[in-house]
Amino acid sequence: MPTITPAFADVTASDSALRRFLHGLPGVDAVGLEARAGSLGTRSIKTTAKAYAIDLAISMIDLTTLEGADTPGKVRALAAKALRPDPTDRTTPATAAVCVYSDMAETAVAALAGSGVKVASVATAFPAGRASLAVKLADTRDAVAAGADEIDMVIDRGAFLAGHYLKVYEEIRAVKEAAGAARLKVIFETGELSTYDNIRRASWLGMIAGADFIKTSTGKVGVNATPANTLLMLEAVRDFRAQTGVQVGVKPAGGIRTSKDAVKFLVLVNETVGADWLDSHWFRFGASSLLNDLLMQRQKLSTGRYSGPDYVTVD
Amino acid sequence: MASVFEYAPAPESRAVVDIAPSYGLFIDGEFTEAAGGKVFKTVSPSTEEVLAEVAQASAEDIDRAVKAARKAFGKWSALPGTERAKYLFRIARIIQERSRELAVLETLDNGKPIRETRDTDLPLVAAHFFYYAGWADKLGHAGLGADPRPLGVAGQIIPWNFPLLMLAWKIAPALATGNTVVLKPAETTPLSALFFADICRQAGLPKGVVNIVTGDGGTGAALVSHPDIDKIAFTGSTAVGKAIAREIAGTDKRATLELGGKGANIVFDDAPVDQAVEGIVTGIFFNQGQVCCAGSRLLVQESVHDEVLESLKRRLSTLRVGDPLDKNTDLGAINSAEQLARITALAETGEAEGAERWSPACDLPSSGYWFAPTLFTNVTQAHTIARDEIFGPVLSVLTFRTPEEAVAKANNTQYGLSAGIWTEKGSRILAVAARLRAGVVWANTFNKFDPTSPFGGYKESGYGREGGRHGLEAYLAPSSPEGER
Repeated sequence: MPTITPAFADVTASDSALRRFLHGLPGVDAVGLEARAGSLGTRSIKTTAKAYAIDLAISMIDLTTLEGADTPGKVRALAAKALRPDPTDRTTPATAAVCVYSDMAETAVAALAGSGVKVASVATAFPAGRASLAVKLADTRDAVAAGADEIDMVIDRGAFLAGHYLKVYEEIRAVKEAAGAARLKVIFETGELSTYDNIRRASWLGMIAGADFIKTSTGKVGVNATPANTLLMLEAVRDFRAQTGVQVGVKPAGGIRTSKDAVKFLVLVNETVGADWLDSHWFRFGASSLLNDLLMQRQKLSTGRYSGPDYVTVD
Repeated sequence: MASVFEYAPAPESRAVVDIAPSYGLFIDGEFTEAAGGKVFKTVSPSTEEVLAEVAQASAEDIDRAVKAARKAFGKWSALPGTERAKYLFRIARIIQERSRELAVLETLDNGKPIRETRDTDLPLVAAHFFYYAGWADKLGHAGLGADPRPLGVAGQIIPWNFPLLMLAWKIAPALATGNTVVLKPAETTPLSALFFADICRQAGLPKGVVNIVTGDGGTGAALVSHPDIDKIAFTGSTAVGKAIAREIAGTDKRATLELGGKGANIVFDDAPVDQAVEGIVTGIFFNQGQVCCAGSRLLVQESVHDEVLESLKRRLSTLRVGDPLDKNTDLGAINSAEQLARITALAETGEAEGAERWSPACDLPSSGYWFAPTLFTNVTQAHTIARDEIFGPVLSVLTFRTPEEAVAKANNTQYGLSAGIWTEKGSRILAVAARLRAGVVWANTFNKFDPTSPFGGYKESGYGREGGRHGLEAYLAPSSPEGER
């Protein structure tokens, strides 16, 4: 098993110890949290700041296709888009990664070989996570064997909501071990955890278990990434680093479709955790349609006029 | 690699507001010059630029204004409530339509950030008129008898910290209840009240119902001592409030006084820390701390003192101080050189008495009136900065050990306007709130305002309530026999 931060050895010694720790975290006042996220959403990001934010956002995208209808052709098209988001402007940065199901990882790896764009594979019976640990680990090993650089796992929300925190913890640890050198993103499905207190507890649970990234959602449920739940997770990684020295990334996913939204999330990062997280190594957007909106805004900034959907590629 | 996300300037346009070079007094529906022809200048506190010249009303002008209000009172008070409501609804809608213009104007004249005038002041101003418009035809259901009567002519004196909002708090209930008014805005922030005079004309409000007289303390004193005033509504300093109470003693004049404060913001060890830190910031840095109900004393449980202070200092480092018209500015200018001198002197007293001073690194503009956000630790009840109202962006941090001690320290002040409680435990909120002698107690929030909620103080914070149903009582005489005086 990978080593865990010694500071938390006693916390994870038993289910009750883990529960005491997680329930001892400061509570979250929902009204106050949402008000803070809303207030940061009123920042006015113009001209040079906007140009910077758009390029940063593009470079942070995990360009995603997670459909039953995914084919090698679709994945290759997505990989091409990730490499050259705007074929008319080669100064456009590449996205951070392409995110696919584990059986498509091999196709993505081949298409992106040597480019620096990572391949992220969802695993562990994504999106529901309803399978045995053996199946989840096999899924993870498949993805790693196919060459995935990053593994996006889902936690067992049923176990979490039933209060079996140690089960969730041990599952994350097992997947982390199976992932080996691949960076592990732990998806909480915040829309199913429902309360902000739960999201804070899940964040700490994931980080103690060795998550490299904590991620809001699968994109497959009603409520996905929101400014408030992302702000809360940013506070968690900030506090975790202050306590342990270990930096963990954050990935809001699902529901972020416009440049305006993306810029609001970057403002949250900027004013909550600061410059250390303003990098694709530490912050990602799980998104698909967002990229084209960013590209249209980018074209608008460079040419002074709006282009339109026919001037960005549809994949 | 990681880089720095700098926000480019995002200034709100000044072009939406057209400020005339000079303004007269608004009396009996017309702008007129002051009898003595005296004028004074109003400046933008963030740049010291002169914005306009404004007439200085003398006792003679006050007399004219009161006579106009008295003349208008008969018809205005005889109107059915539904008719008065129409005017108030109309005013509320015009305020909404002109909100951007008024927000920019208020920011220019007061120095507060456009983010606050746009998102807080103006929406609340409109909401206040809408709210009291709704009461105008329902006064018989306000708990003051079947047919409560207006008092007559109200003399209203408002401060410079929320010029238009304080105008709304005063004028909306007065008009809804059938009174007429003579209002004096603060010397340093007269412009939004003069724009409001224009809105009254735009709304077709009958002449004399609202009169706006600009001037200094002398003008206010003339208004208070005018024999034909039935009621004084004052918001401002405790010293002036006391002088008003002395002046009207033995007369028939009624008064509501909304004065100073030294609000305690109490953070228990089980508080939602991140939101409490936001609440502390809102409590003392909203409007540069120039708020009578500011949470200027932080009472933090000793067991979480270090953790809360660390978070608070980190958060203060992200505050953006500067051009109030920039949409990303969090802290604007201090309203006047006089106020800046007072804040500076009290902060120096804090240091001299041994409290530990801290401010985040921030560049202040070279012209205008500026004070960096400041906090003092190691403050005790015996320090001047824990007792005197500073009315600026200066927080005094004290500690407590038990809820009993928190309540005792919170109440140990000459004031009693506001307090805040931060805890995740509902029973503690109720228990502590019941024992705090403060007109407003916020739980897990701070500086939240709503027209439906009464506002006012205990002790030297004044008397009377503004807002909500309670706010009607300040402008009505009950119709029941025991109400006859």
